[in-house]
Amino acid sequence: MKKDYSIWSLFTKGLNYNEGWDPAWRSAELKPSYNVVIVGAGGHGLATAYYLAKEHGVRDIAVIEKGYLGGGNTARNTTIVRSNYLWDEATMLYEHALKLWEHLTEELNFNVMFSQRGVFNLGHTLQDMRDIERRVNANVLNGVDAQVLDAAEVKRRIPILNTSRNARYPVLGASYQPRAGVARHDAVAWGFARAASKYGVDIVENCEVTGMDIVNGRLQGLQTSRGSVRADRVGCVASGHSSVLAKMAGIRLPIESHPLQAFVSESMKPVLDTVVMSNAVHGYASQSDKGELVIGAGIDHYTSYTQRGSPHIIEHTAAAIIELFPIFSRVRMNRQWGGIVDTTPDACPIISKTKVKGLYFNCGWGTGGFKATPGSGNVFAHTIANDEPHPLNKAFSLDRFSTGHLIDEHGAAAVAH
Amino acid sequence: MLVLFCPHCQEKREEEEFGYGGEAFRIRPASPDTADDDTWADYLFMRTNPKGWNWELWSHATGCRKFFVVKRNTATNSIAGSWTLSDGRKVYDAEGGSQ
Repeated sequence: MKKDYSIWSLFTKGLNYNEGWDPAWRSAELKPSYNVVIVGAGGHGLATAYYLAKEHGVRDIAVIEKGYLGGGNTARNTTIVRSNYLWDEATMLYEHALKLWEHLTEELNFNVMFSQRGVFNLGHTLQDMRDIERRVNANVLNGVDAQVLDAAEVKRRIPILNTSRNARYPVLGASYQPRAGVARHDAVAWGFARAASKYGVDIVENCEVTGMDIVNGRLQGLQTSRGSVRADRVGCVASGHSSVLAKMAGIRLPIESHPLQAFVSESMKPVLDTVVMSNAVHGYASQSDKGELVIGAGIDHYTSYTQRGSPHIIEHTAAAIIELFPIFSRVRMNRQWGGIVDTTPDACPIISKTKVKGLYFNCGWGTGGFKATPGSGNVFAHTIANDEPHPLNKAFSLDRFSTGHLIDEHGAAAVAH
Repeated sequence: MLVLFCPHCQEKREEEEFGYGGEAFRIRPASPDTADDDTWADYLFMRTNPKGWNWELWSHATGCRKFFVVKRNTATNSIAGSWTLSDGRKVYDAEGGSQ
């Protein structure tokens, strides 16, 4: 059992020139059989394994990953965490996650650098402001902190924002969620990996699923690039590659995989102490603790599994950010990347049992999965352990596309978030 | 940036001139009144979303505004060709449909 991180361990290891730190998690070999196998060692998959072990007493778990741990969308998002969605089902799910975020550092004994610096969603038209008021009212009724701010208040809180009345899209106001913020993306994956590893979860990297053994509608096990493994239950948390896994099981998903690009600037002195998003101008920005501006916008329109997108998307994103923040016009960009996001028709995830017994899917988070990482893992672990959905993810079943009970969150999701 | 060939204009143009139309050759239920919910869900929402060769619709939105089909590899973005819908359908059927 690894020792907890503490100020004392930091001090003593420091005296020792920081030699002798243990690896944060145990690298395991794939055993022939497990109780539960999770496919995908990103934040959501590792959180699922952690909560399965902690809350449901399942100990015989493997998390298998075709690349390296936390190397997919966990490493490719813009780290925004918020819960101000419109519909009850989505709001409660993201709020569940936000409540877990608030204690995650203590829970995992790993600093996930969760910083509740607030999120502004700007309104630029009368209709934007009506939508904002509707959404804020819905949030308040659901017990989520949300406020409507007018343009003068927005200007006071974000002095560098272009609130000129002569702007092409003048800022009329904003919705504001004070408890929202950002977190350190890698730390979330590493923290969950370390905490799950302490419970004996096997984490196996470079292990790609190549086939599924299904007999009489029941999953028996998986074929992988590291040999076959038997499993009573398998949870797939593979974001952009969910359709590829589903095809192995003969399941069709309502998912399209698109590239979503983002980029960061060179490091600067602190200039933006909150998160600003604009649906109409179509971009969002925050500043990391390192001082980089973290910038993103929408998905590339075509489907693709290439982790890159087209340059004109970057151009439009940069134009939107400069429209909002003219002061950033000479900031140089440092890195750009793309992740493959699994978009659904209603911009809501699928956390569900499937027609194959013992096979579960957690996918369709599209552009906004990072914020839900602990909540997603928590309810998915419940779904796998009990073979029944948690009350919070009951509405997010695959059936909803047949019954018509879609949860249309395109408004609250809006700019890829 | 994808560079696409419009079979109507007989021109190669950059992606920004085009609009993406999703998977090509999806077939609407033949008898809408009797099709059940699962059949409708499959037509409306479910997608093959292949990692590999994909038949897809594009419209030349700022050009001739006509639709055409492209066969593109979603794992590499390489393009096998562009066809009008009727010509593309023949090639698609000759290949035995998608994948």
